[in-house]
Amino acid sequence: MVAENIFFGIIAAVMVIGALRVVTTNNVVHAALWLVAVLSGAAALYLLLAAEFVAITQVLVYVGAVMVLFIFGTMLTRAQIGRERDLNNRTWPVGVFVALLLGGTLAYVLIDAFGDDQLPKQPAIQSVQDVSDSIFGTYLIPFWALSFVLLAAMVGAIVLARRD
Amino acid sequence: MLVNEFLLLGAALFAIGVYGVIARKNAVLVLMSIEIILNSVNINLLAFALQRKGASAAAGSTFALFIIAVAAAEVGVGLAVVLLVYRNRRSISLDELSKMKG
Repeated sequence: MVAENIFFGIIAAVMVIGALRVVTTNNVVHAALWLVAVLSGAAALYLLLAAEFVAITQVLVYVGAVMVLFIFGTMLTRAQIGRERDLNNRTWPVGVFVALLLGGTLAYVLIDAFGDDQLPKQPAIQSVQDVSDSIFGTYLIPFWALSFVLLAAMVGAIVLARRD
Repeated sequence: MLVNEFLLLGAALFAIGVYGVIARKNAVLVLMSIEIILNSVNINLLAFALQRKGASAAAGSTFALFIIAVAAAEVGVGLAVVLLVYRNRRSISLDELSKMKG
């Protein structure tokens, strides 16, 4: 129990600091690297939540593929790679206000609703078999729809980004 | 462990992501903030799934995987749009995209 809490604290601290750096840093490439920390921390949390297949997919898709896309997007849209001014709107204090309001409301509601609810002491590990049974059984139609969305997004991205 | 540890972390990340979407001017950084938001939702889904037994426990993982797939599609299309905007306007600052302003 104690070990879990210590690990959770470390991972949560890394994630929150990383997320804050992503939204405050003046360097787009540094923001991408801090985002890697956040996404890896999320993968570690999924392992802590006994969802191993989701954790592996998170590392493969997010830390692998999506981050490469972000780096390429940064390289293709930017003459200089390095620190720069002027990445924030003039209205950023509104963002602080909205974020504090939203975070405060969510925290109040969550503490009010879930108080001291405990997670199961010995959670059953989600086997890949259970997850695939769920995807290809109960949620087969949404899975098909999602495949179509991915195909459409891929074709759309190619059509949008090619030079003609 | 308390459920609330995970839920409050998700809420904090969500709020940080919303701040990034509102405050950032660079389109790529806005997309990164959206990724933070989607990840906070996934943490919540899996924390709730852990309290369930049997078939509905796997549903949490299923929905988290669906969200990951949708996020991948969204980043692909989003970055293609950003590239196109950059090619036409030589800038991806969202403040300067005011052509459709009435």
